[in-house]
Amino acid sequence: MSSPVLFAEGLRKRFGGYYALDGFDLSVPAGTVCGLLGPNGAGKTTVLRILSTLMRPDGGRATVAGYDVTRQAAEVRNNIGMIGQQSTVDDILTGRENLALWGRLYHLSAANAKRRADELLEQFGLNAAASKQVKYYSGGMRRRLDLASSFITAPRVMFLDEPTAGLDPRNRIEMWSAVRALAQAGTTVLLTTQLLDEADQLADQIVLMDGGREIASGTPDELKARTGGDWIDVTVRNIAQLPAAAGVMARAAGGKLQTAAGEHRISAAVADRAHALTDVTRALHDAGIDAEDVTLRRATLDEVFLLLTGKDAEEVEAV
Amino acid sequence: MTLTLPPRTPMASRSLVQRFRWVVSDTWNVASRDLIHWVRQPVRIFSSVMYPVVSILIFGYVFGNAVMVASGGWNYREFLMPGLFGQSVVLGVGVTLVAIAEDTHRGVNSRFRSMPMSSTGFLAGRSAADLLNSTLDIAVLMVCGLAVGWEWRLGFGNVLAAFGLLLLLRFAMIWLGIFLGLVIKPENTSVVWTILLPLTMFSDTFVSPQTMPHWMGVISEWNPLSATVGAIRGLFGNPGWGGDSWVAQHSLLMAVVWPLAITAVFWPLAVRRYRSLS
Repeated sequence: MSSPVLFAEGLRKRFGGYYALDGFDLSVPAGTVCGLLGPNGAGKTTVLRILSTLMRPDGGRATVAGYDVTRQAAEVRNNIGMIGQQSTVDDILTGRENLALWGRLYHLSAANAKRRADELLEQFGLNAAASKQVKYYSGGMRRRLDLASSFITAPRVMFLDEPTAGLDPRNRIEMWSAVRALAQAGTTVLLTTQLLDEADQLADQIVLMDGGREIASGTPDELKARTGGDWIDVTVRNIAQLPAAAGVMARAAGGKLQTAAGEHRISAAVADRAHALTDVTRALHDAGIDAEDVTLRRATLDEVFLLLTGKDAEEVEAV
Repeated sequence: MTLTLPPRTPMASRSLVQRFRWVVSDTWNVASRDLIHWVRQPVRIFSSVMYPVVSILIFGYVFGNAVMVASGGWNYREFLMPGLFGQSVVLGVGVTLVAIAEDTHRGVNSRFRSMPMSSTGFLAGRSAADLLNSTLDIAVLMVCGLAVGWEWRLGFGNVLAAFGLLLLLRFAMIWLGIFLGLVIKPENTSVVWTILLPLTMFSDTFVSPQTMPHWMGVISEWNPLSATVGAIRGLFGNPGWGGDSWVAQHSLLMAVVWPLAITAVFWPLAVRRYRSLS
């Protein structure tokens, strides 16, 4: 395997008094999708901005396609595409005009820019809307046009900052398929997301971030396996028995607990898959707790996040 | 969905000539985007035509008749029109600033900066579009002025020279506007108008600084706008207020020095700020 397309070592960035990045490492092989996952303020966007040459790191170093992001910024820019959180296509121009303009800004000749615009409109399914002003586009169409506009020169690396933020489920799935198509075409993708599901769906490799550093990384399956891989859910019939059930499960399952009181449910990470179900069922029965349902299942990334940070992903987002 | 890659072209050689051509094409592309905006938004065309008409009505006719007495027999509107030319040029700061602040806010500037295009090209494109816009604004104002009795008395060469001085001041205002646009958040841009409008009044645009309280008169005489307006009044052969301070006597010189000084300060600041935007 050749050297990684994206590489970062000990990246640090300080804003005022706090470190947005505090010793961040990254290594992404060519042609894969890497997801930076974490709550607001974890440092995801800062990583993207440093790697796309928009911001200089205070410490550490990083290379993109072999070029140093601070000393060879021009070469880096020639090899990347960047989609920020907001749409940067122009409302007043039509879809075709937007792509032709971006093409010329990438220094294609006027004729080549036009031809490339038509190819991209076709490939991103925007043919029918090509001559419409972008202000009449739906959120999903606009996002696809954004993506098309940064795919003009088929960059080796594409940075996507929360690509599906604000999209409805149908448009989100469309965007996902576009991201997969990018990777299939050989582009390395680094995306940020707060959605565990999205990282799970798209990424070959997930880097879980919190407080400006990596707290875990691996394939989605590896990360889920970190928690012991399995959880047991117990639903009690009588909510008054919930605390007692929690005590029993803490002893029997041996892992971390999560309570959903509204649903009369307690979940526990399971250390020993083979015996968990019988152990917990027997212990509940012995304690006289009336369980409506007991199930064993794989961990979700939400739970991985909770386990590794000690925080609930949504709780952190709300801050 | 399947995507096909265009053939990868090796990075073009970056000779000086090639770079210069890119700067020129970047400039044109960024400027053309602005011009299309202008053409496709009739509201903007409407406001650039209405602004001079309304200004002439308000200053020339609502206030003008009261001022005429003080200006010694001249038609006040002949004194006024060069002032309005100058004012429209200075108010252009706001136009530049709002456009820049919106692009920054929408992430367009970040996008441009992550691309292999020159920052000079982007900023130059912005100024080219704004200069063209101002040229049209001044031309419309001039036509309106001719309709209400303003005229130039000293030949067409002088008219071109006056136009040049106005665009020079506009050029300085572009760099001030770009810098402010990069610094100020879009929701705060309205503050700029409340500062800008009085600044165009504390000058010799509408009345002689000699009629103002002494301290205000001094500020008004040194206002860069006064220099340009005083100079073009001379060039057009329109009546001035004939102040006897040094700065009033040297308005032509100051009409060149002020814009150059402002540009010398804000051009580098704007470029620096643009490159380090984050």
